[in-house]
Amino acid sequence: MKAKILSMALLLTFCLVLPPGAVAKTEIQWWHAMTGFLGEKVNEITQKFNASQTEYEVNAVHKGTYTETLTAGIAAYRAKNPPHILQVFEVGTQTMLSSGAIYPVYQLMRDQGVKMDWSDFVSIVRSYYSKDGNLYSMPFNSSTAILYYNKSIFQKAGLDPNKPPTTFDEIGKMAKAAVSSGATKIGFTTAWPSWTLVENMHAWHDQPFADNENGFAAMAAQLKINGEFGVKLWELLAQWQKDGIYTYSGRGNKGDQPIINGEAAIGLASTALVGTLTKTAKFEWGTGNLPRLAGFPQGNSIIGGATLWVMKGHKPEEYKAVAKFFEFLAKTEQQAWWHAITGYIPISNSSLKSLQATDHFKKNPNLWTAFGQITSGKSTKNSQGVRLGNLVAIRDTIEAEFENVIGGSKTAKQGLDDAVKKGNEFLKEFAALYK
Amino acid sequence: MKKSIFKNRWLPYLLISPQIVIVLVFFFWPSFESLRLSVFKVSPFGDRQIFVGMENFFQLLISPEYHRSVFHSFVFSGGVTFLGLAVSLFIAALANQKIRGLRFYRTAVLWTYGIAPPVSGIIWLFIFHPSYGFLPYLLSMVTSYEFNWLLKGWIAILLVIFAATWAHLGYNVAFFLAGLQTIPKSVMDAAKVDGASGFSLFRWVTFPLLSPVTFFLFIMNMVFSFFETFGIIHAVTQGGPGDATTIMVYKTYLDGFVHMRMGLSAAQSVILMALVISLTVLQFRYTERKVSY
Repeated sequence: MKAKILSMALLLTFCLVLPPGAVAKTEIQWWHAMTGFLGEKVNEITQKFNASQTEYEVNAVHKGTYTETLTAGIAAYRAKNPPHILQVFEVGTQTMLSSGAIYPVYQLMRDQGVKMDWSDFVSIVRSYYSKDGNLYSMPFNSSTAILYYNKSIFQKAGLDPNKPPTTFDEIGKMAKAAVSSGATKIGFTTAWPSWTLVENMHAWHDQPFADNENGFAAMAAQLKINGEFGVKLWELLAQWQKDGIYTYSGRGNKGDQPIINGEAAIGLASTALVGTLTKTAKFEWGTGNLPRLAGFPQGNSIIGGATLWVMKGHKPEEYKAVAKFFEFLAKTEQQAWWHAITGYIPISNSSLKSLQATDHFKKNPNLWTAFGQITSGKSTKNSQGVRLGNLVAIRDTIEAEFENVIGGSKTAKQGLDDAVKKGNEFLKEFAALYK
Repeated sequence: MKKSIFKNRWLPYLLISPQIVIVLVFFFWPSFESLRLSVFKVSPFGDRQIFVGMENFFQLLISPEYHRSVFHSFVFSGGVTFLGLAVSLFIAALANQKIRGLRFYRTAVLWTYGIAPPVSGIIWLFIFHPSYGFLPYLLSMVTSYEFNWLLKGWIAILLVIFAATWAHLGYNVAFFLAGLQTIPKSVMDAAKVDGASGFSLFRWVTFPLLSPVTFFLFIMNMVFSFFETFGIIHAVTQGGPGDATTIMVYKTYLDGFVHMRMGLSAAQSVILMALVISLTVLQFRYTERKVSY
């Protein structure tokens, strides 16, 4: 009798544990670079998709930093075992476009018969990842650089906590006040130094980063960052570092930390920090537009973040799964949710409209900052982005030279000249491979 | 020694085949692939490979960045080796005395060798980081000089030298201790009868008798600091500031896996390969001839 009850119970458990129709779901791999809070949200969105249907299963795998993820994807492709979806940061765009290893997303969706309204994607995002008017990768997390300031520190230093600095002059004054009043040790810092201080600052002041419209018109051969603007800005920062107004925090995302921890009075970083700060900050904070350097024209800030690239070499039914997943990601409500929780820019017009229809932006002004900044800027040929081959290496070189300048072992002009010289070598090498 | 004789001609080959396969797959194949790639320019995804002959090597030969990485390598390895040998010989000499709790001390000095390089890198990062490190905080109370190795190259290279030395200390101490214990007591006693004591005993008796161990450790430390310190550098400085801590092995990684220039990176690994081969040859030559006594 007992045995019978036991076996019945077992049978019942099996029925409950095994979902109906658990026969071979099509599984696809998604390699990404999102850590911490953002990593949790990536898992959440894949779980949502997996729960929304029964045929496909997306498996999100964290592969380290953006660079490490790209390297892992390349190694896997060369070993003939790539993931289906690879998240690549914007600097890798040209590398991916030239690679011959990708299945352009516009083609994928057409082949799989999934209708997408590409024109619904915000134009600055679409143009960054399109070639000849066709979208090559699936926009996912798009950001831009904005200014963060710590209201609690501002208050302690006797500054108006409702007035973020708008120019470098003001940053200088306010950061100095914050440090000299003893409210904090870090007046001003930056995350992603090359992206915020060189790529974005050049675009924001309508200065070219490289020739041929930063590589959008044709393959670029020359960096242009050692002009009057670049030199002036780096000289200013090197001086500020000496005076204790600016604090260099390291390459890549290292500069996020002093902003999140509440140590920095003012910082430049990605919009993607809004989500993290909202969740974790134990202090008052605010955001503002990127600062302006007097004497240079108004341009616009550029797009950063990453997109999802589809890799060649998989079975048709797996591509079907990828297409379905992208269709899910592009839905208005998913876009709106992802933006609201992380701080990334809403990338479809419909999601933007749906958010504007509510009082979302009124309640969360920090989530509007990025969009406000872009709409207030003037879009020019210098602000569409930076599309260069070997840009990962170029960015690394720029950050190394920035360290030399900030540390005082080179002048701003020397550092920038050296960065240009070496960067041009990288461009030449890339051009030689893909001529 | 007893010689085993196999009845079956093929059995011995079968028995050693797993090891041979491992060596072939994990050592020879990658080495040949490096040799091959070093004469190509390769696109990131490997879809384009252009034969360029020795161009990658010439490019390195005239590249100031590469010269600097060679220089940094020698500063770093020299620092790690000399500092490591000096400190560990000192510690080994102390631990070789008859004192209470000897076993504990001996075990304690060996601990660091059990820690993986990236982990020891992270530990040092937490102690020394300019913004959240413990030591800079203490130093800031004593001096206003800012020990910011994010900006000052010489501080950065000192930091990684200390970190690597510390990580390798246990290994060195273990060998020195073993070496010290092989010195016959009678020799020491004879020297004492002749009036040697303290430093002169060490300088004229102990140190020369230790020279085979010292030489062996010299080679091993050079090899360690040249090739196995990647984890420490990667965790602490990532080669910066500027390229102040970019040693040869780190530049090979940067060029290959960050800058995606596989051919250039392969050429550098071929140079490193030649270097490690010559160090090994040196070691075999001299340890066979017995060093200087």
